[in-house]
Amino acid sequence: MISLPTLWFIVLAFLWTGYLFLEGFDLGVGMLMKLMGRSEKDRRVMLNTIGPVWDGNEVWLITAGAMTFATFPLWYAALFSALYVPLVLVLLGLIFRAVSIEYRGKHNDDRWRSRWDWAMALGSFVSAFGVGAALALTTTGLPLNENGDRVGGAFAWLNGYAVLGGFAVVAFCLVHACAFLALKSRGDIEMRARRAVVRWLPLGVVPMAAWAIVVQQQNGKALTLIPLVIAVVAVVLAWVSARRGREGWSFIWIGAFLVAGVFTIFASLYPNVLPSTLDPAWNLTVNNASSSDYTLTVISWVSLFGLPLVVLYQGWTYWVFRKRISAESIPAAHSVTAQ
Amino acid sequence: MEALDIARWQFGITTVYHFLMVPLTIGLGLVVATLQTMWVRTGKDEYLRMTKFWGKLFLINFIMGIATGLVQEFQFGMAWSEYSRFVGDVFGAPLALESLLAFFTESVFLGLWIFGWGRLSKKLHLACLWLAVLASVLSAYFILAANSWMQHPVGVEMVDGRPVLNDIWAVLTNNTLLVAFPHQITAALSVAGGFLLGIAWYHLWKRRRDGIDTVNEDGTVNVGERPETGRDKTDYSVWIKSLRIGAVVAMVSFAGTAITGDLQGKLMFEQQPMKMAAAEAACHDGTSFSILSVGDVGAKNCDDVKAVIEVPGLLSFLANNNFDTEVKGVNTLIPEYQEAYGTHIPDDPKYGAQAGTEIDYLPVMSVTYWGFRIMIGFGGIAAAAAAFALWITRKGTVPQSKWLMRLAVFGILAPFGANSAGWIFTEMGRQPFVVAPNPSFTGIDQVFMFTAAAVSPGVSRAEMIFSLACFALVYLALLVVEVRLLFKFTRGGVPSAMPELLNSGGHDGGSSGGMDSAGGDDGTGSDGSGGGTRAKQPDDVLGFAY
Repeated sequence: MISLPTLWFIVLAFLWTGYLFLEGFDLGVGMLMKLMGRSEKDRRVMLNTIGPVWDGNEVWLITAGAMTFATFPLWYAALFSALYVPLVLVLLGLIFRAVSIEYRGKHNDDRWRSRWDWAMALGSFVSAFGVGAALALTTTGLPLNENGDRVGGAFAWLNGYAVLGGFAVVAFCLVHACAFLALKSRGDIEMRARRAVVRWLPLGVVPMAAWAIVVQQQNGKALTLIPLVIAVVAVVLAWVSARRGREGWSFIWIGAFLVAGVFTIFASLYPNVLPSTLDPAWNLTVNNASSSDYTLTVISWVSLFGLPLVVLYQGWTYWVFRKRISAESIPAAHSVTAQ
Repeated sequence: MEALDIARWQFGITTVYHFLMVPLTIGLGLVVATLQTMWVRTGKDEYLRMTKFWGKLFLINFIMGIATGLVQEFQFGMAWSEYSRFVGDVFGAPLALESLLAFFTESVFLGLWIFGWGRLSKKLHLACLWLAVLASVLSAYFILAANSWMQHPVGVEMVDGRPVLNDIWAVLTNNTLLVAFPHQITAALSVAGGFLLGIAWYHLWKRRRDGIDTVNEDGTVNVGERPETGRDKTDYSVWIKSLRIGAVVAMVSFAGTAITGDLQGKLMFEQQPMKMAAAEAACHDGTSFSILSVGDVGAKNCDDVKAVIEVPGLLSFLANNNFDTEVKGVNTLIPEYQEAYGTHIPDDPKYGAQAGTEIDYLPVMSVTYWGFRIMIGFGGIAAAAAAFALWITRKGTVPQSKWLMRLAVFGILAPFGANSAGWIFTEMGRQPFVVAPNPSFTGIDQVFMFTAAAVSPGVSRAEMIFSLACFALVYLALLVVEVRLLFKFTRGGVPSAMPELLNSGGHDGGSSGGMDSAGGDDGTGSDGSGGGTRAKQPDDVLGFAY
C-alpha cells in the first residue's frame, strides 16, 4: 500500500501531464497564430479549433497549483516564491492570452486583431516557456535554504535546465498544436499543419527528451528507463503516422510521448519533490513537504469522484465539438455600431 | 516601503481589481441563466434577445475575471510563502476543492454554452449555462470558506506551531462562512441589478430620443419601431423588462445584504471586536452608532473624533440585538489584545524588519470607518434608486431627461463600490493579523498569524516592485479596454450580440435568431476526412462566440 503523500505525488504528476497534454496544443495554437496563420480566415479557423475548450484546459494548471498548495504546501511555497519573476511573466502571458482570445474579434479592424494576435502568440510563448522552466527546475533543484527560501537573489534560479525546460515545453506545444490542427481543421491550415508535423516533430521532441534523460541520469532508477524507451518509440510511431496522413494516430502518439516523458521525469524525481542544490538535507520530499494525512484523505475522497467526473465531461466537450473547422464555416466579421 | 508593504499593496490592488469582475460574473450569470430559462419555457423572442445581449456583456466581463483570478491563486505562494507554509494544511483544501469542483465545471460548461447554440438541444444547452453559473456560485462558497477561516479559524489543532486540519466539516460550515456566503451572493446580485437597470434605462431613453417611442398625454408609452436597425417592438420589451428585472433584483438583493450583513455584524462583535470598534471609530465603549463623525477618525486619540450624528442604541443592536450592550471601544480593546497576543512582534528573524517592533492592534480607522459607511451607503442608494426607477417607469418608459439617464448609468458603479468597500473594510479591519485570533469563547484562540510574518522571506523588494508595477499597469490598461468594449457593445444594443437582426429586418431565409446554424462546418455526421456533401455555409455560432 503506497502512502498518501506518494499517492498525491502521482496525482500531481497526472495533473501536470493533463495540463501539458491539453493546454499544450492550445498554447501551441496561440503561438502559431503568428507563425502559421497567413490570412484572417486562417487565424479564425485556428482560433476556433481551441475556442470551446481552451478555458477548460487551463483549469488543469489552476488545479495543479491548488492541489499542490493543499497537498504539499511546503513545495508550493518554496517553488512559487523562488520562481517569483518567471511566474509573474507566466501570469502576464496567461492574462494576455486569455483576453486576446475573447477580445480579438470585438472590433472589426485589422490593426486591433493583429495586436491581439501578437498578445496571444507572445503570451502563449512566454507562459509555455515559463511553465516549462518551472517544471524543469522543480525536477533539477533550486538554491533553497533550510526553510525552503531561495538564496542568491531574484535570478538565482536561472540556469541551463530552466532554459532546457522552457524550450522543451514550447517545442512540444508547437508540435502538438500542429498535430491538433491537422486533426481539427480542414483546408489550407490542415495541409500546412500536416506538413509541419512531419518536418518538425523529430526536432520538436528533442528538448523534452533531453530533459527526461537529464533527470533520469541524475537520480533515476533502472525502472525509469522503461518509460523513456516508450517515449522514444511513441515519437517514432507519431512520425510514421503523420507521414502516412493518419493525423488521429500521430496526435495520440505525440500525447503518448508526453505521458511517458513526464512519467520518466516524475518517477526519477521521486521521492524528492523539489531538491535543494545547496544541501541534499534540505531537499523537499514527499514526506517532509506534505500536508497531514487527514487533509490528504479529505482531498483524496473528493478527487476520487471529482477527477474522473472532470475527465468525463471534458471528454464529452471534445465529442460535442469533434467536427473539423474550415474557412467556409467562418462567418464574416461583423461590425458593432451604436444604435 | 518594505517588501511587506509592497506585497500588501499588490494583494490589495490585484484582489480589489479581480473583485470588480467577480460579483458581476456571479450576479449577471444568474440573471442570464434565468432569462434563458424563460426563453426555453415561453419561446418568446424577447427573452432570447435578452439572453444573448446580457450574455455577451457577461462574457466580455467573465474573461477578465478568469485572467485576473489566476494571479490570486499564484500569489499566495509567490509573495506569501510563510503564510502558505503556516496555513497550507487547512487553507489549501478549499482552494483545491474550488478548482476541482467549481472552476472545471464553470470553464468547460461555459465553453459548451458559448459554442453550443444550435448544436445542443435547447434544454441541454440551458443546463450547460446553469451548471457554469452554479459552479461560479460554488466557487464563491469555497473561496469564502478559505477567507472565513482567516477571520475565524475553526476545525484545526495546533501541531508543532502550525494549525493542522482535523475537521473539514467545521471549515465548510464555519458560522462566519454561512453568513458571508449569502451576503456575497446577494451583493453580487445587487451589482447585476444595477447593471441591468442602468443599461436598460439608457436604451429606453435612446428610443425616446430617437423618436421611436413616444409618450401620450396621460403618460403612457406609445411603442414604435424601426426594424431595419433591430429596434422593433420586441426590442422595447427587451429593455423595459430588463429595467424592471434589474430594479427588482437590486431591491431584493439589498434587503438580502442588509439581513445577512446584520448577522455578520453580530458575529464580528464576538469574533473580532477590534474590527467592530474600528468600523465605528469608537474610542470608548458605547451603544451609539455614528452616522457621521468629524475630525480625524484615524486618530487613536479620542479627542479628535466628534460624532456629529449618532443613533443611540443602534450599535448595540447591530452587535447584540438589544439597545444597551456596551460595545467595547478601541481604548478598552488594545490592552486586552496586548495581554493576549503580546505587545511586540517576537524577536525572530522570520519577521524580518518587523521583528521586535511594537504591534499596532488598531486597523487603519479612516479606512474601516469609511469603508463600512460606503458599503452601506452605496448599497442603500442603489436600492432606493431602483425603487424610484420602478415607480417612474410604471407607465412604460423613462423620462426624457438626459441627466437622469446619465445618473442611471453612473449608478451602475454604486453596487460595485459597495462590494469593494465591504471587502476593503473586512480585510483591513483584520489587521495586524492575516489569520485573526478569536479572543472570546468562539473559535480557537491560539491560531493566529501576524501579517508581518506572512510575506515571502526569500523574495526581494525589487521583485515585489517589479510585479506590482507590471500588474498595476497591465490591469489598468485592460480595465480601459474592457470598459470601452462594454460601452461599445452596450451602445450597439441587441444586434451587437445578434447581428442577424440587422439583416433584412430580422430574419433571413434559414436563420431565425441565429439558433439554427448548421451544427458544424460540413453537415451532420461527416467528421471523417471524406468531406461533407452539403453546401458549406458559415456557422453563425462562431459569430456569437469570437
